[in-house]
Amino acid sequence: MSVKVVAPLVLGLLVLGLWEEAVRALAVPPYILPGPILIARTLVADWSTLAPSLWVTLSITLAALGAAVVVGGVLAVLFSLSRWVELSLFPYAVVLQVTPVVAIAPLIIVWANDVDLSLLICAWLVAFFPILSNTILGLRSVDRNLLSLFELYGAGRWRTLVYLRLPAALPYFLGGLRISGGLALIGAVVAEFVAGTGGNASGLAWRILEAGYQLKVPRMFAALALISATGIAIFLVLTLLSHLLLRRWHESALDGQE
Amino acid sequence: MPATGAPVRVSAVSKHFDNGLQALSDVSLTVAAGEFVSLLGPSGCGKTTLLRIIAGLATPTSGSVGRPTGRHDMGFVFQEPTLMPWATALANVELPLKLAGLARSERRARAEDALAGVGLAGFEKSYPRELSGGMKMRVSIARALVTQPRLLLMDEPFAALDEISRHRLNLDLLALWQQRRFTAIFVTHSVFESVFLSQRIVIMGTRPGRIASELPVATSHARDEAFRTSADYVAICRLASAQLGQAMAA
Ligand SMILES: Nc1ncnc2c1ncn2[C@@H]1O[C@H](COP(=O)(O)OP(=O)(O)OP(=O)(O)O)[C@@H](O)[C@H]1O
Ligand SMILES: [Mg+2]
Repeated sequence: MSVKVVAPLVLGLLVLGLWEEAVRALAVPPYILPGPILIARTLVADWSTLAPSLWVTLSITLAALGAAVVVGGVLAVLFSLSRWVELSLFPYAVVLQVTPVVAIAPLIIVWANDVDLSLLICAWLVAFFPILSNTILGLRSVDRNLLSLFELYGAGRWRTLVYLRLPAALPYFLGGLRISGGLALIGAVVAEFVAGTGGNASGLAWRILEAGYQLKVPRMFAALALISATGIAIFLVLTLLSHLLLRRWHESALDGQE
Repeated sequence: MPATGAPVRVSAVSKHFDNGLQALSDVSLTVAAGEFVSLLGPSGCGKTTLLRIIAGLATPTSGSVGRPTGRHDMGFVFQEPTLMPWATALANVELPLKLAGLARSERRARAEDALAGVGLAGFEKSYPRELSGGMKMRVSIARALVTQPRLLLMDEPFAALDEISRHRLNLDLLALWQQRRFTAIFVTHSVFESVFLSQRIVIMGTRPGRIASELPVATSHARDEAFRTSADYVAICRLASAQLGQAMAA
């Protein structure tokens, strides 16, 4: 195992150990701050409640991320093909991006009339912009001379897109995807907080709210730990995906290889 | 089908850019079929602009250009290798054939030949980042040659290379040209390179870019490494330097 893995792992364990020690030494009551061991126990004991919620949050996050990839990617390609489409639509994409999701979530919940759907829409709203803007940037950052080369051989717009612009945009798209993965999770959690209720099934945010009302602080922490773990897992999977796709040719995938 | 050179005729071409800058003023140039001509001039005199106009990648503000009309009659070598980093050397060389709609097996075979022709057999599966600067340049030349163009336009292709690679590639280029007899227009700001490679040197002056003079490379010496130390070479280099100096002073 490399330093890249060991160093943060050791630090993490150290902090957890200190935390446990401090909670015990100072006799902090669990309803103020539970120690990591109690949180882990709660996680196991409440697994039957938490696991379905984890699944709900995860599926909303992934669905939102999928929708963000499709909509962000397709819009970016449309924008790159038509200056008019871009000029007329891009400002609205920015408006959507800068409006805090907490502020529009109540509206969306009213309109969508279905909790799961509204959570999905909120998470999607937060997630799609980085993919859109990064992919646009990528589609534009094509080597001018390569564009000339395609022109010289009469490639036309479509084949230039497929053989040149899309591959050139891939690293940018993947960069956007990594940001969006985290944002989709944040969007899903925040929206559920705003909704204040689970739909037919409740996600992790609702479990935190519920445990808070009942002063079950260890369970709040257990749910929180699951959200963090989900975020980390999404990040790692997307990083791996990006590495696999780019490792043969892109500079970003070269570290530690030389 | 052996490629035969195509003539090029540039008549009274001027180019003004949108920002008001005049890059070329009344440039006329005729290149015979199969001729090897160098465009020699200081930085900023419009060499790239002229080459792009000849290739049809830029339009002249006035004047006209006569060149071979088929899409695959022309090869262009840029100043940088300009390879697609996500594609292997072979796939990069295949690109012009792919865009021409050739069948996979045929374009593969021809691209392999072209790579072998520039001394890169065995590197088909390498990605650009796994190749040295000189090797990348060779891939770029292979790509330009794979369509068997009748006209090869090169924009300071060896400017970024060390002298050893440069001399090596100069010889390789000459060998290819002697074998295929395409028309070659070679942009450079090196007097020595222009003398070594070409049959005729077109010297350009600046502000605005224009043709200052022409100098035939009149020698009976064979174009090999020994040519570089011959009396002819030295004399012609001296002439070319003097004319270049005049062009820059005027
Ligand atoms: N797209 C453009 N818009 C405006 N001016 C340009 C453009 N391209 C080139 N120029 C100008 O035209 C002049 C000639 O440029 P060009 O690139 O043809 O020079 P060059 O002879 O190839 O120089 P070098 O040897 O440095 O490559 C320069 O002054 C440059 O600033
Ligand atoms: Mg130039």
